[in-house]
Amino acid sequence: MIRFEDVSVTYEDAARPAVQGIDFEVPEGELVLLVGPSGTGKSTVLNSVSGLVPHFTGGTLRGRVTVAGRDTRTHPPRELADVVGTVGQDPLAHFVTDTVEDELAYGMESLGIAPGVMRRRVEETLDLLGLAELRDRQIATLSGGQRQRVAIGSVLTPHPRVLVLDEPTSALDPAAAEEVLAVLQRLVHDLGTTVLMAEHRLERVVQYADRVVLLPGAGAAPVTGTPAEVMAVSPVCPPVVQLGRLAGWSPLPMTVRDARRRAAALRDRLTDRSPRQQGTRVAHRPAERTPRHVTEQPPGTAPASLAVRVLNRLGGRAPEARRAGVPHQWPADGAAEAADGTAEPAGGAADPAAEVRGLAVRREGIDALRRVDLTVAPGETVALMGRNGAGKSTLLGALVGLVTPSAGGIRVGGAAPHRSRPRDLVRLVGLVPQEPRDLLYADTVGAECAAADRDAGAAPGTCRELVSGLLPGVADGTHPRDLSEGQRLALALAVVLTARPPLLLLDEPTRGLDYAAKARLVGVLRALAADGHAIVLATHDVELAAEIAHRVVLLADGEVIADGPTDDIVVSSPSFAPQVTKVLAPQRWLTVAQVREALGEAPTEAQPQAQAEAQTQAQTEAQAEAQTEGKTEGQTEEQTEGQTEEQTEQTEASA
Amino acid sequence: MRDRHGAGVRRPVARIPAPLTGHVPAAAGRAAGARSPRPRRRRRFTVHPGAWWVWSLSLGVAASRTSNPLLLGLLVAVTGYVVAACRTPGPWSRSYGAFARLALAVLVVRLAFTVVLGSPVPGSHTLVTLPEVPLPHWAQGIRLGGRVSAEGLVFSLYDGLRIAALLICVGAANALAHPARLLKSLPGALYEMGVAVVVALTFAPHLIADAQRLRAARRLRGRPDSGVRGLLQVGLPVLEGALERSVALAAAMDARGYGRSADVPDRVRRTTAALTLGGLLGVCAGTYGLLTAEGGGYGLPLLLAGVGAALAGLRLGGRRSLRTRYRPDPWDARAWLVSGAGAAVAGLLTLAGARDPDALRPGVVPLVAPALPLWPAAAVLLGLLPALIVVKDPKEEPS
Repeated sequence: MIRFEDVSVTYEDAARPAVQGIDFEVPEGELVLLVGPSGTGKSTVLNSVSGLVPHFTGGTLRGRVTVAGRDTRTHPPRELADVVGTVGQDPLAHFVTDTVEDELAYGMESLGIAPGVMRRRVEETLDLLGLAELRDRQIATLSGGQRQRVAIGSVLTPHPRVLVLDEPTSALDPAAAEEVLAVLQRLVHDLGTTVLMAEHRLERVVQYADRVVLLPGAGAAPVTGTPAEVMAVSPVCPPVVQLGRLAGWSPLPMTVRDARRRAAALRDRLTDRSPRQQGTRVAHRPAERTPRHVTEQPPGTAPASLAVRVLNRLGGRAPEARRAGVPHQWPADGAAEAADGTAEPAGGAADPAAEVRGLAVRREGIDALRRVDLTVAPGETVALMGRNGAGKSTLLGALVGLVTPSAGGIRVGGAAPHRSRPRDLVRLVGLVPQEPRDLLYADTVGAECAAADRDAGAAPGTCRELVSGLLPGVADGTHPRDLSEGQRLALALAVVLTARPPLLLLDEPTRGLDYAAKARLVGVLRALAADGHAIVLATHDVELAAEIAHRVVLLADGEVIADGPTDDIVVSSPSFAPQVTKVLAPQRWLTVAQVREALGEAPTEAQPQAQAEAQTQAQTEAQAEAQTEGKTEGQTEEQTEGQTEEQTEQTEASA
Repeated sequence: MRDRHGAGVRRPVARIPAPLTGHVPAAAGRAAGARSPRPRRRRRFTVHPGAWWVWSLSLGVAASRTSNPLLLGLLVAVTGYVVAACRTPGPWSRSYGAFARLALAVLVVRLAFTVVLGSPVPGSHTLVTLPEVPLPHWAQGIRLGGRVSAEGLVFSLYDGLRIAALLICVGAANALAHPARLLKSLPGALYEMGVAVVVALTFAPHLIADAQRLRAARRLRGRPDSGVRGLLQVGLPVLEGALERSVALAAAMDARGYGRSADVPDRVRRTTAALTLGGLLGVCAGTYGLLTAEGGGYGLPLLLAGVGAALAGLRLGGRRSLRTRYRPDPWDARAWLVSGAGAAVAGLLTLAGARDPDALRPGVVPLVAPALPLWPAAAVLLGLLPALIVVKDPKEEPS
């Protein structure tokens, strides 16, 4: 149905081809998943199916792409519109009209389908996707999952034989993602539609795929095979596969069900062990994580542990005069103090970093939040979860003063955020918004850093130093737009951290990040929490929450419906349980790293790095390392990690 | 998906919690559809947008025929009532309020000018005398300050009211039928241009939303989020974002078949071009002939021929377009009634203006209280007809 014949694409002004050696075929009626780290050209491959590459984007396409027998060389996208339906990453950018029904009809109108047929197909599609209720709604008022379904519906009505989707579930909460995937499943099985899609959140989709095409790196030839075959060698893989690699299962499990069936032995091995207190509490073993390695390293070598470096940088400077009432005092001198057990979370002794009492927010006649109570202690990481539109972003907005509460009180570092002057507020609380680009105005990284220093009243160079810690190898002259998603997030994080706010808020930080970038983010956030930062993150990513959050707060309809330790909340919720928990229930394990450590196979110190490694290295290497692991190997461990990171950075930079 | 009971407010939040085992095809959405009754649909209640524009613009014509404040007030009340009774939900249905505010502003400006600059209307009732600013001789005929007469004020009030009523009529048209819906009824040859206009129309609201979001983000950087400088600094990122979105939209439209055209013989294409160009030339020449004194003889026929040729060209050009229309708004009996009601008001007021100009234009010198002329007032009330024949879906109350 789709055939790539030795395709390579070179964009204008690019030294190297974005993809090359693409040569595979997608037979009719298959669901094929395209995976790979970010920047390896997944979107380029997808867009070449619809003809947008190269007809719309420019560049040179060598080789041949044929879809249903039509060569994209001679058929521009509009001539392929009747066989290929394409939905991009952002459904909002896809909508032409403003109501659901008109949107569904738009593609058919363009193709000149008879009015009677159009009418019938719109009704059928409304039923197929469960959109009948929404037919007259304004698209702007729909939730994320609904928008995604409308976007899929709008390309389905002309009855395309091929559906191309770019990250259809990345922005969705677990329940909405299930909805969308259920629809795709139905299209493939009932209607024989051919589906080609790319997705970072493999834990959601890999079980539905008939085949997987792996793009291992920029310019490298793709690997094609069954999900189990490809996952065995893939640098990106879901937790269930990692667990399978750890336990040495073969073939690797793709679903929780497969894994559970094989997990009996593993569960037995784990019965008498208990999960180490998870998440950032790792970081509270001060003796083990003194950033000694960093200082030992010769300057200019590969970045060791980002987390440790950030910690070092943050703690290593004399504090400025702090405003009275700021709960967390920065350590006066040296990094050792930073890790000196000051970061014991909660405990109730210290002033809370943020306190919310009976908060209500009412906007445009809708109660966005009702009677919300929340206390965040210094050093604590709290994950806000709940479906799209539950009020997570509104709560973050209220904490940073963007949203004025209609009732109730908020104290952040002793001040009411919406009444504080922005200049003062940045030293109390920082928010990395959903779209990190909103925070960046300047046209080079260097200018952005200089502006951040001025805004925060920090010493010149503060922000640049943070950027170097988080994003090694990014030149001053780079335009923020040319950074990858993960790099942009790191830059925005550095900008926010320049003012050293004791309370750090992140809105959907893992959207669009691959596993390696995510593992790095986890490392950084852990270091920050260990350093006494209170962190609140709104996320749909259950694996991320399981990884770093001490506490999970569930929001529904603007109310807090659950608030408790991560393992209690996620274990008891079927939607929010991470895969490892599901596999090993009733035991309470949350992450692969915990299991690995409990089995005595992984280092305690380089734990976040080991995570990244497991994801960026092939299985054999990871296992070999894990086996030969010892305390003395910390250094090598870190260097390997550094190399891996550098490779990833290069990959991202070249994207 | 479900309405929040009692509130009547639609919210995008309610979704069926997907069970873990919910991989059953399309289970969640369909379950929701089955649970609550289908809402009655909007389309059955809509009248052709063209009918609303005819109605509103006719009322505007009627407003331009009179300066009687009572009649103008009645006209505005009629539009307000019909809009309240018939408007569809949607962001643009609030445009009536925006236009009403604009009309009020126009009225206030008109009065302020009369107070400051004086009025050409002679008047004996002096209300207040402002200090007059002496102006140099070359500014002769312009007066700043000085006597403010009651007659002058009343005259400009009447005049301002008329402009305000016109504006409010346009606002009513916008609130009742979005211009984008009107564009959907364009002939096929103009469709692609119409889409461009529609996309441009949505560009501005997106731009404003972007600017607001980015100004809010300035606060996160510790910069003040208000003031002109703040707006200027976000200007470039906002424009960049808007441009990127436009490019993404263009790509999406292209991939969905926008701009596909049928193969037509070269002969037809050439004829189309000739007819359209010739027609437009004819229209220009004809209009020139009509407007100049000496061209009275050839003006009208040339204009008509030009219009005919252009229409034929458009019709022929429509052959290249493959497009079909999904559920076009039918021009039905109600559309006739709505547009007819408007036309009747305009016609009757024009007639009344010719028959009895004094009632429609109450004098200001000498100052008299305006009287409500009975027949023209009854004619204006005809404009209420749409509110009676267009039944509004109770569920579609705009929030």
